[in-house]
Amino acid sequence: MQRLDAEALFQTLVEQMRPHVSPATALVGIHTGGVWLAERLHRALGLTQPPGSIDVSFYRDDFGSKGLHPQPKRTDIPFDVEGAHVIIVDDVLYTGRTTRAAINELFDFGRPAQVELAVLVDRGGRELPIAARYCALTLPQPLPASQSLQLETDTAGALTLRLIDA
Amino acid sequence: MHNPQLNKHGELQHLLTIDGLPRDVLIAILDTAAPFTEVAEREVKKLPLLRGKSIFNLFFENSTRTRTTFEIAAKRLSADVVNLNVSTSSTAKGESLLDTVDNLCAMQADMFVVRHAASGAPFLIAQHLQTTGRDHIHVVNAGDGRHAHPTQGLLDMYTIRHYKRDFSNLTVAIVGDVLHSRVARSQISALTTLGVPEVRVIGPKTLLPTEVERLGVRVFHDIREGLKGVDVVMMLRLQNERMNGALLPTPQEFYKVWGLTAEKLALAKPDAIVMHPGPMNRGVEIDSSVADGAQAVILPQVTFGIAVRMAVMSMLAGQQGGNK
Repeated sequence: MQRLDAEALFQTLVEQMRPHVSPATALVGIHTGGVWLAERLHRALGLTQPPGSIDVSFYRDDFGSKGLHPQPKRTDIPFDVEGAHVIIVDDVLYTGRTTRAAINELFDFGRPAQVELAVLVDRGGRELPIAARYCALTLPQPLPASQSLQLETDTAGALTLRLIDA
Repeated sequence: MHNPQLNKHGELQHLLTIDGLPRDVLIAILDTAAPFTEVAEREVKKLPLLRGKSIFNLFFENSTRTRTTFEIAAKRLSADVVNLNVSTSSTAKGESLLDTVDNLCAMQADMFVVRHAASGAPFLIAQHLQTTGRDHIHVVNAGDGRHAHPTQGLLDMYTIRHYKRDFSNLTVAIVGDVLHSRVARSQISALTTLGVPEVRVIGPKTLLPTEVERLGVRVFHDIREGLKGVDVVMMLRLQNERMNGALLPTPQEFYKVWGLTAEKLALAKPDAIVMHPGPMNRGVEIDSSVADGAQAVILPQVTFGIAVRMAVMSMLAGQQGGNK
């Protein structure tokens, strides 16, 4: 597979989103990679609403078989969801189950006017009817299930993508 | 020795007592409780974790706060909650505890929250479930006799961590009727397991268990001496209903010597917090000016109790052994 330049992909994503956002657009990052990404996008797009974050541990559909994630993070939605234009942000789109859980959680805060999805990479392998409106890269071949693609960040906030063989 | 509260993966199978639970399990419960506190601020105060699970509140002894907070916690996790009013149930007609449990299991119970006047009753139920191969059903002790009240102990630890951040340099005083208090036993286990360097128990000799020092605490029979320099004051309720014989002169006299007043509290650190498991006897173990004062965190304890119980119930329901 080609080397993935996360910073270049980030710029692509910014340019894709720029024509479609207003200062009032609210971003919600999914823990953990999506939160870093949402913070960077928030600055790059000059949005005024503070970005939110979601940990979907309490909404996962595999709780019955896998149990609770050992250290769930706090979900923090610092803006009024009612009537808002919300873009859910995640680093990698895979089965779509995390996105489904995030949408469900978001609706427990109110009824947004519009919800969209922005991701850095679509790795294929969808198990639900979910698509990203903004996506910097769609892999031509879906990644095998044995591999995982993870976003990492350094202390300066620079993004890198790492492919991990399980 | 195998801890009956843990399954073979080391996950919590039942919560019966804090005594013997490893530190990392206690920390995991406190960490898991933290994000649950935020649910109360949502438009929809509900999470889907325990959808379709049936939780039976089996209260063989009166309780308002504990039963209600367990019920709210279970409902916020979307479980179906059945409260058994035991005084009007089959027990009053002579049914045994385990027969009651078997009948509720036949109604597809997933979890029992048990309060009982007899120490060990929740353990007996857990053991019965295990020997009859019903590992998917969990038991939470909501207070048994003089033995333990683990969720109260845990919510107290959550409260201390919330205000003091760290357990490793604290001096904590437990004041009052330790002898009859299951809460005190759970608090002492939790505080020592979490590494609090100095735990003090303060009370008259007649209301402290014999050899209480062996639990790893410092004993004070003078409240003024005991409160000096403490970070946390945990008051206990004077348990009139458990008193047999003349352990005390009168409640008024108890208040004079042992009641927490502003003047006595001034001996603790200026930023010391005051806790009480409720229900309070104002003018007996605590003065109203302290109970309603700036250092009291008694009502936050109740609120944190919901999050801690949500954490315990979702950890029990979500563990591997319980889900084949």
